[in-house]
Amino acid sequence: MTGFGKPGLPVVVVVALLAVLPTWFHFNGDAFYLDLATRLVILGIAAVSLNLILGYGGLVSFGHAAYLGIGAYCVGIPAHHALYGGLDAIATNSGWFQIPLAVAVSALFALVTGAICLRTKGVHFIMITMAFAQMVYYFFVSIDEYGADDGLVIDTRSELGLIDFDNPLQLYFFCLGSLVVAMALVHMIVNSRFGMVLQGAKGNNDRMVSLGYNTYLYRLVAYVISGAMCGFAGALLGNFTTFISPEMMDWSHSGELMFMVILGGASTAVGPILGSAAFIIIEEVLSRFTIYWHLPFGLMLLAVVLFARGGFSGIIDRLRGRKLLPGEG
Amino acid sequence: MTAILTISGLEKRFGGVLATDHVDLDVVKGECHAIIGPNGAGKSTLIAQLSGTVVPDRGSIRLNGRDITREAAYKRARLGVTRSFQITSLVMPMSVIDNVALAVQAREGHSFKLVRPARSISRIRQEALARLAEVGLAERADAPTVILSHGEHRLMEIAIALASGAELMLLDEPMAGLGPTESARMVELLSRLKSTRTILLVEHDMDAVFALADRISVLVYGRIIATGTPDEIRGNAEVRHAYLGEE
Amino acid sequence: MDTTLLVTQVLNGLQLGLLLFLVASGLTLVFGILDFVNLAHGSLYMLGAFICASLTFATGNYLIAILISLPLIGLAGYLVERFVARHLYERDHLDHVLGTFGLILVIDTLVHIFWGPQGIAIPLPQWLDGQVMLPGGIEVPTFRLLIIGTGLAAAGGLFWVVNMTRLGMLIRAGASNRTMVGALGIDIQALFALVFALGAVLAGLAGMLIAPITEASIGMGNNIIITAFVVIIVGGIGSVKGAFISALLIGLIDTLGRSFLDDVFKLVMSSDAAETSAPAVSAMLIYIIMAVVLAIRPQGLFPPKVR
Repeated sequence: MTGFGKPGLPVVVVVALLAVLPTWFHFNGDAFYLDLATRLVILGIAAVSLNLILGYGGLVSFGHAAYLGIGAYCVGIPAHHALYGGLDAIATNSGWFQIPLAVAVSALFALVTGAICLRTKGVHFIMITMAFAQMVYYFFVSIDEYGADDGLVIDTRSELGLIDFDNPLQLYFFCLGSLVVAMALVHMIVNSRFGMVLQGAKGNNDRMVSLGYNTYLYRLVAYVISGAMCGFAGALLGNFTTFISPEMMDWSHSGELMFMVILGGASTAVGPILGSAAFIIIEEVLSRFTIYWHLPFGLMLLAVVLFARGGFSGIIDRLRGRKLLPGEG
Repeated sequence: MTAILTISGLEKRFGGVLATDHVDLDVVKGECHAIIGPNGAGKSTLIAQLSGTVVPDRGSIRLNGRDITREAAYKRARLGVTRSFQITSLVMPMSVIDNVALAVQAREGHSFKLVRPARSISRIRQEALARLAEVGLAERADAPTVILSHGEHRLMEIAIALASGAELMLLDEPMAGLGPTESARMVELLSRLKSTRTILLVEHDMDAVFALADRISVLVYGRIIATGTPDEIRGNAEVRHAYLGEE
Repeated sequence: MDTTLLVTQVLNGLQLGLLLFLVASGLTLVFGILDFVNLAHGSLYMLGAFICASLTFATGNYLIAILISLPLIGLAGYLVERFVARHLYERDHLDHVLGTFGLILVIDTLVHIFWGPQGIAIPLPQWLDGQVMLPGGIEVPTFRLLIIGTGLAAAGGLFWVVNMTRLGMLIRAGASNRTMVGALGIDIQALFALVFALGAVLAGLAGMLIAPITEASIGMGNNIIITAFVVIIVGGIGSVKGAFISALLIGLIDTLGRSFLDDVFKLVMSSDAAETSAPAVSAMLIYIIMAVVLAIRPQGLFPPKVR
């Protein structure tokens, strides 16, 4: 529960599978699965970033999809101006500019909105994070230059020198490498003294305050790190889909990210990845049978919430016959 | 006699009820000062104002001469006030030693340290373990907090207060819910501690209070009706009438 | 800025504000008394619009359709309470959010299956479809006035229920002290279900009123729910009065911002810059207001009295 020790076996297995399987499919001429895996890995980074504040910090942010959008627009907008002119200051196809921009703008947005959101708690917090995400949504809807509702086509992918994002396999391994780094970062943070305070504030905020911790600041820092990381994932998503629209920031997508974290098992290292994998598989499989795939998906979500406490990891633990005692193992 | 904590003219009103009615109180360095009073006398409200979760309407609270009346709760802890909670308040999902380590870590100033694994810092771990040993919980260090008994949770509260290194400990009913054996253990522990710390003790258990306190203040309907040594309080007619007589 | 446009837009803002209030009041009641976050509240709004649309075609009369739809949507609210919400009251907010998010997906898809992907326009009866001449020679659509009138009447009715009746007393008591109401020996389960159904009726009514203007469409609920959140956050969660004032405020600001902000901006910047920035700012206006209110008063403008 509190993230003891080295990365566990599950993490190693999952990463190894992610490295091997899509490559195999790719060389057997099936591009579809590599696409699927790329999406999985990018959403995985977003879920890992959300897990830092949701799983370890207990902050139920319902607006994380906004960072995916911000990150993607930070790739799309400079590329748009590089092609059509205007705004010379940011017009470029260079990934060395776009990706740091995505991280910086996301961090700034997280800082400003987080400073306000974190003054509140509980339901207020949930609703306000949703509202701020919706604000970004409407912001991009209102800008005609970047396609408004219709979205923006990213004509040129980020140029990063040695790495060629137009090559699907290179893009995939860049994303997978980023995922590993993101997981390592979150692992490091939650086990540090900072992480202990963050988790302590989740477990008992009053106690932490009475010990002398200004928990507001610790949460704000975690919130900014999480936002920046998700913005990075957004930059990758923009490069992957080569298209960005406000719809990507719709709150249903924030809900899906939360679903990944919770269903995979919040505050575990591998949970967010399992959750994203589960989501991608559910989406793919169900949508093949029916265009109404949201119906079984919604029912499943309801069933998990109503009948299974602890999400997937909880279910797995129970199957193994382990008691759900936090801190054990 | 130097006062570590000086409360003067403190008032707090909730709706029509005066929960704290012009309270003046000095806690002297090194003493164990107990506050007793019947239910609803305003003890919890007083503790809440001292620890910073409730803002007084009037009056002042001084810690070593510094006005902390409106200081944020977390800052008071840094200035040297720690509290235990009447209702056990621990980080349940964490292990016992992690709980105490957080208190040790709090003394380092800030914890915006994101790289080194917290559990590998032996300075912190060893001190946390030492504090647990002091209350007799060393062998439970690695257990998840949730599985400990109520009595052990109360002891953890004390270990955390110790680990925080505060010079003034506000102990809010440390005996609450303890059985006779556990109570005896707690009294014995606190009597050992009081030689090294200043303690403001709010307690219902009269045996414990008279065993531990150097001075006692009696709080009735938000007012302090008497302050004195245990013998003086025992002999005080007003106290007997207002409080002990009611029992 | 001409007066006709201003009056029209004020009326539009009032209309939006009252519809927002109908949605937000249910949310704020359910939260205040049940401490329950219902994301699917917007789905009841949408469901109201669709049911009313079908019944309008079946009966040929919009008003009769509304009268039949109201108890139906109340029933839908009751079912949501009985089969989902009731089991989640004791859980934390995260479970509320995920559970009702699942419910939204279910309801949205069911609506998609029954009514198809296209929006449905509700035809208005002749006498509502025209214009009314206001004193001063300003013409406004009759139906808008009907919406405003109905919204005000519903708000008045709700205030009467909450402030004057025994049910309202229980609701207010429950909002500030849940255990006390339980201790009074009230059937708390029934009270909860009733509040939920009442909230559903109000949200459904809003959906029925807007459908002739915008048509009933999937996703309409998911758009309004966030704005309703902004309303209750600004107003103070749990407060009906706060929801009312803040709904009107948000409705007016949003509507007027969208029509007049560029004119205001033109006073201080070049007309080009104003025309580029005004749409973006007006789209964000209500969120900026929310942020400012929260920065000053995290509990909202009219938080219910503390317990």
